[in-house]
Amino acid sequence: MSRIEQVFKDLKKQNKKALIPFITAGDPSVDLTLKILHQMVKSGADMIEIGIPFSDPMADGPVIQRASERALANNVGIKKTFEIVKDFRSTNKTTPIILMGYANPIEAIGLDQFLTLCKDSDIDGVITVDYPPEESENYVKKLKEINVDAIFLLAPTTEKQRIEKIIKQASGFLYYVSLKGVTGAQNIDIDQVKGRVHEIKELTNLPVAVGFGVRDPETAKKVAEFSDAVVIGSRIIQEVESSSEDNLIPNIASIVESIKEAI
Amino acid sequence: MQNYNFPDIDGHFGPYGGTFVAETLIEALDELKEMYAKYRDDKDFLAEFNHDLKHFVGRPSPIYFAERLTNKIGGAKIYFKREDLNHTGAHKVNNTVGQALLAKKMGKPRVIAETGAGQHGVATATIAARLGLECVVYMGAEDVKRQSPNVYRMKLLGATVIPVESGSKTLKDALNEALRDWVTNVSNTFYIIGTVAGPHPYPMMVRDFNSVVGKEAITQMDELVGSQPDAVVACVGGGSNAMGIFYPYISFKDTRLIGVEAAGDGIETGRHAAPLTANSPIGVLHGNRTYMMQNEEGQIIETHSVSAGLDYPGVGPEHSWLKDIGRAEYVAIKDDEALAAFHNLCRTEGIIPALETSHAIAYAEKLAKEMGPDKTILVNLSGRGDKDINTVAGIAGIKI
Repeated sequence: MSRIEQVFKDLKKQNKKALIPFITAGDPSVDLTLKILHQMVKSGADMIEIGIPFSDPMADGPVIQRASERALANNVGIKKTFEIVKDFRSTNKTTPIILMGYANPIEAIGLDQFLTLCKDSDIDGVITVDYPPEESENYVKKLKEINVDAIFLLAPTTEKQRIEKIIKQASGFLYYVSLKGVTGAQNIDIDQVKGRVHEIKELTNLPVAVGFGVRDPETAKKVAEFSDAVVIGSRIIQEVESSSEDNLIPNIASIVESIKEAI
Repeated sequence: MQNYNFPDIDGHFGPYGGTFVAETLIEALDELKEMYAKYRDDKDFLAEFNHDLKHFVGRPSPIYFAERLTNKIGGAKIYFKREDLNHTGAHKVNNTVGQALLAKKMGKPRVIAETGAGQHGVATATIAARLGLECVVYMGAEDVKRQSPNVYRMKLLGATVIPVESGSKTLKDALNEALRDWVTNVSNTFYIIGTVAGPHPYPMMVRDFNSVVGKEAITQMDELVGSQPDAVVACVGGGSNAMGIFYPYISFKDTRLIGVEAAGDGIETGRHAAPLTANSPIGVLHGNRTYMMQNEEGQIIETHSVSAGLDYPGVGPEHSWLKDIGRAEYVAIKDDEALAAFHNLCRTEGIIPALETSHAIAYAEKLAKEMGPDKTILVNLSGRGDKDINTVAGIAGIKI
């Protein structure tokens, strides 16, 4: 059983939902990324999504784009991201790590090297934002060969037939984008999200995570009632952006804890 | 090349093109593909499109023999396809008329666009005003400064211009921001992409709408000269004017097709915008796979060109394909060479060309010398240079 499957199975027994916080590798620095990762686990993160910095993150909002820009200014790209995960893995072998990134850095280093690095750093899943199933058959096949889950996004506009097609390629879990927009946008319509998540769950046994507009414990609690996992991204990055170095770790701890408690 | 039939059904030109977007955009692209397939050969749609091209844009644009330039250079005869004489001053309007008409058919009351030099933004704002559509244009903050007359022009036409402060603050960042707007407002918004890039069906659709340039040229050259040119020369940023004139000429095997990229300070300096000439690695950006200026870890690098319209790290995927199969050749012209051609054309022919277009003219001058007087070169004079007078004056140290 994969680590991701194990986490969902264990939580189910306790009647709890998974919390998946997000951070961009190398933001605000390599050292602090590592500290933040460990703190998130301590504060209750069940899995962690790590963004691979990219110069042109088209599906992300301004907050996560700025995180990428800060990371790139620290010379953190795709290779350094893997090094950070490897460091994290030296003391943590249980928390699933999911990489989120865009196709170009992967193609630039080449698929073979990417797969090798995934193995070396013991990655659990990959979300490749701009690889829809039509353009990524071989990629997904190769990921499966090394037991890395290909996690796909589902949008509010994704029709039933297409959801079925995506489910065939997906593993680990499905990531439902809770609003029409980019990461970090405001105000999700809970009832609408609930309806959509139900529709998806009727088609698959894969767990469904919800992300893109969840910013506070209250929303997280509501979302957790009908989904299997909640992703918190821009809200955490905002804290990275606005906290002084001394306050950064405690501030992130308090956000993660408050949301974990709510779900 | 009689059997040239690209893209395939999924938008691929060989290994290039495709649909590399987040799931959030797939539905919108599927809808667009479906509607474009429906209207692409629809008689009424095409009649409406052609009517607007004739009465609103002023087509056909003439072919002009640049006699004084030809004599001054001393070589092949140089002809211009005068896209600069179109309403709004460039070829860009052909495509915006087509896409805006499609938006109207699809019942979308709002159109958005990205713009570099501002020509595509102006052309979009213009047709939006004509059709009564709300219009929002994204423009890199750097370009807003470089192209202030066009910014004001868009505002006069009722468009909202949003300066983009992220990334390198140029065309690619404007495109990112427009994509974000589209994802957010997908139900009421049509995204009018200004070049032959982006996810399928944009590279094909923008090419089709612009191919009126090449179709007219074939007829006009026949009438005026009695033969087709030995070479067709056009500047390439994203590559829409070049694709528009190249595409109908692909099957004319005796006509060389030459795309002219921006060499900026020189290919060897790294400060350029010429992914094809420099043989940049293949990459994925803005929805398609193509030659792309990037570092070894796949980060898109900043480009440089005196002309905002060529300042783009990628290139339309069909150009990548035409390069690989050897049907088109790609060369690059430096900033100073383009500026020299700009000034030369102003004084020799009484035409102020766009700085983008000046790259094509500069190369045509070189080529004409090599080719000899019995040959002909057709340059796509893609746009006029009124928008560039501040830039040119600034380089000369003059404040106007």
